[in-house]
Amino acid sequence: MSRQSLSIALTGSGGSGVMTMGNMLLEAVAKAGWYGIMTRSAGPQIRGGEAAALIRVSNMPIESHDDSFDLVLAIDPASMGRFVAEIPLRPDSFVISDPQGGRRSSSLPESPAKVIDLPMKELAKSVKGGRPNMIALGAIASVIGLSETSIFAILKTMLESKGADALGASRTCVQAGFAAGADLLEFNTPQMQQDTDTQRWGITGNEAAGLGAVRGGVRFVAAYPITPATEVLEWMAGVLPSVGGVLVQAEDELASINQIIGASFGGLPSLTATSGPGLALMTESIGLAVCSEVPVVVLDVMRCGPSTGIATKTEQSDLNIALNGLHGDAPHLVLAPSSITDCVFTTQWAVHLAESLQAPAIVLSDQSLGQTRAIMNRPADITFMARRSVPAQSAGYVEENYTRYAIGDSGVSPMAIPGQPGGQYTADGLEHSQSGAPSSLPEDHLAQLDKRQHKISQFNYGEHWADIEGSGELAVISWGSTCGPIREALARMRDQGQEIRLIAIRLLAPERPSEMAAALVGVKRLLVVEQSHSRQFHRYLRAAYDLPDETRVLNRPGPLPFRPAEIMARLDDWGEGTGS
Amino acid sequence: MNRNTACPHIEPRGYKSGVKPVWCPGCGDFGVLGSITKALSGLQIRPESTAIISGIGCSSRMPTYLSTYGFHGVHGRALSLATGLKVARPDLTVIATGGDGDGFSIGGNHFLHTCRRNTNMTYIVLDNQVYGMTKGQASPTTEPNWEKGKLTPSGTGINPFQPLVVGLASGANFIARCSSSDSNGTARTIMEAIRHPGFSMVQVLSPCVTFRPEQREWKKLVQPAPVEATSDAAQAARRLLTDKGLFTGILFRGSRPPYQPELKSSIENIAELEEEFCL
Ligand SMILES: Cc1ncc(C[n+]2csc(CCOP(=O)(O)OP(=O)(O)O)c2C)c(N)n1
Ligand code: SF4
Repeated sequence: MSRQSLSIALTGSGGSGVMTMGNMLLEAVAKAGWYGIMTRSAGPQIRGGEAAALIRVSNMPIESHDDSFDLVLAIDPASMGRFVAEIPLRPDSFVISDPQGGRRSSSLPESPAKVIDLPMKELAKSVKGGRPNMIALGAIASVIGLSETSIFAILKTMLESKGADALGASRTCVQAGFAAGADLLEFNTPQMQQDTDTQRWGITGNEAAGLGAVRGGVRFVAAYPITPATEVLEWMAGVLPSVGGVLVQAEDELASINQIIGASFGGLPSLTATSGPGLALMTESIGLAVCSEVPVVVLDVMRCGPSTGIATKTEQSDLNIALNGLHGDAPHLVLAPSSITDCVFTTQWAVHLAESLQAPAIVLSDQSLGQTRAIMNRPADITFMARRSVPAQSAGYVEENYTRYAIGDSGVSPMAIPGQPGGQYTADGLEHSQSGAPSSLPEDHLAQLDKRQHKISQFNYGEHWADIEGSGELAVISWGSTCGPIREALARMRDQGQEIRLIAIRLLAPERPSEMAAALVGVKRLLVVEQSHSRQFHRYLRAAYDLPDETRVLNRPGPLPFRPAEIMARLDDWGEGTGS
Repeated sequence: MNRNTACPHIEPRGYKSGVKPVWCPGCGDFGVLGSITKALSGLQIRPESTAIISGIGCSSRMPTYLSTYGFHGVHGRALSLATGLKVARPDLTVIATGGDGDGFSIGGNHFLHTCRRNTNMTYIVLDNQVYGMTKGQASPTTEPNWEKGKLTPSGTGINPFQPLVVGLASGANFIARCSSSDSNGTARTIMEAIRHPGFSMVQVLSPCVTFRPEQREWKKLVQPAPVEATSDAAQAARRLLTDKGLFTGILFRGSRPPYQPELKSSIENIAELEEEFCL
């Protein structure tokens, strides 16, 4: 089956209910058997301001938005202006907008699309308690071929708590919108997926990361709210108590990171979630986790930086600080999920690695993964669980002469947990001898530096360090959310008969030189794709790996996502010169 | 360490790790170390069920010198490490130690919020009104006209921080002041602090003989407060406002319930949690 999809943008001013409507629409298409994604886009306003729900529905799982949108529904014409760059349109796209007050032509932004009138406000007025967004929902449903009853079912589950009157008004509006939509225009909607055996989920990247953490064994979270990471915390606050865990809202990120180090020292796998500004505050203490060898996971849902940057928009520019932000020689793990589904796997794997290696793991997600809701296949169960090496006890005691930071073959030394008699030691951010006692001797420093480096470098990460898809002399290398549009671009090119390879790195630190060399065997031309103004990823690759001579870079800062066609164009138009 | 389960009594010296302190001879911190071991012995708390948590500073070296579990973290964050540990492991006795700089300057925000949160643990601040470890700069509790700090050669000119006033206002549930020169008295107060539910703070006047040699006089100047501890915060506040900082004893015993989220042992299947995502 080939991919068919439909892209719909809903825009409105604050309070117009665009997100509610988007959620209902996504729910409806999911119930109808489609896959899909919905990304929230909003201005900086706390309440009000313009909002857009960017929706793409498809007959197969999708990870990114399309090159352009087929349909925009602007509840208030003026609201669309804010999102012109995010909602590319074609001459055969449609904009449905409210002609009320004759402001339509002046307030709608210029676009090649055909504009169709739908008097949403007027229709809503004829219903007591009616709202234009419900008119819009009905209209869209009929335009894309959803049944009226399927929308009613969703209204019932989502609005029941608001009372019979509100539900009734919404139903009437949906009905009116549905009737009005019937003659507006017609679409070739994607065919529904027929395979009903596969369990499908509706989940955001932030929820998926939280789920991966819980699956991996995380039972303590301390955190300070920050956009766009807060939903991870909201979800975890709800579920942790039911699995014997707890979430503490800390006074700041310095407290968050230290609380999770304290809890993990006490034996509970622990995590914090934040965004760039919070990660910056945490770096000193992440170094403490390195030196004292306490496992913790720090999830950074990236947004545009530097400083407060653009809090609600995505970027891949925390790579440098995640890799190199710690002072001293401080080996640690840095991982990145490359899709919403992968947020589950990568976060779960990060917990497993941190616990196995008694080291901090930074997981780099981003706003576009975190705040996109996907209808996807249920992610496979994986067996990675928190497994920490603790000293054995005989007759109730840890064996005599237990040395916390003993140098051994693997570099991982058993970590006693408070409560274990005979295991007492002091975890220390001061350089220490094998026993943990502070030491400034050069031989102790070298031995412990070697130990901490060795345990991370020698570990067998297996095939999960990267996803290597396809083959060929032409390859794309990337990480994180940009892999979504890349995967789609490559799928289209493969459909046209081109051979092309993708290397999507999941494990950014430690470096995997021999695995990378193997992944690059036969690659003559390599395109690096990243969402960073200063090419952080390309610099990292150049420092860590041997790249083909013909390596080019496609980079730009956030917030605009890459489009599949843009990546195809860059690959087609390889051109002369270094491009890097 | 005492492995003899037949005779579980542990003497104060049984709580010492044997690592030799780096402190200057005569430093008040030796006395506080002794008081902590006496208090632990007095309560007969098992070393493996105790964790001493600190930040950075001379006084923050404490955990290394004890035979309990310990964590010597980064400057200013002892209370956060301790909070995480105690919330995760309510079965442990958790004691944070550190200096006035560690607790009230770089760690000031955590001090406020740890008082407020009222987690069941004990905080022993070894107050020497100076940064000892970095060689003698003014600290938040230094008097405004102290001119020996090299960064503030004409004095700080700013009023000192009042740890007990701020602790009380922020919600600490037990407040006391001691002197390192009174080893047994300090030990008794620490025992009471550990026993008292919620967040207990004990300020110990602990001279820095190297950078504040005049503090050797403290042992002559301190005196037990003429009144008993109160459970009335308003009364405690009035007493602190007329206090010159040299009265010792327990000032306040509050009755706020400690912060301790329940960690359930009956655990739901993760698959059940995942049902919310199923379509
Ligand atoms: C982030 C950071 N800033 C500065 C320092 C340097 N430093 C170490 S200890 C200290 C002050 C210690 O004073 P105090 O807490 O009063 O303890 P004392 O040494 O007097 O016992 C400072 C500023 C540090 N270790 N870390
Ligand atoms: S510098 Fe002062 S506080 Fe530090 S050990 Fe010496 S006397 Fe004690």
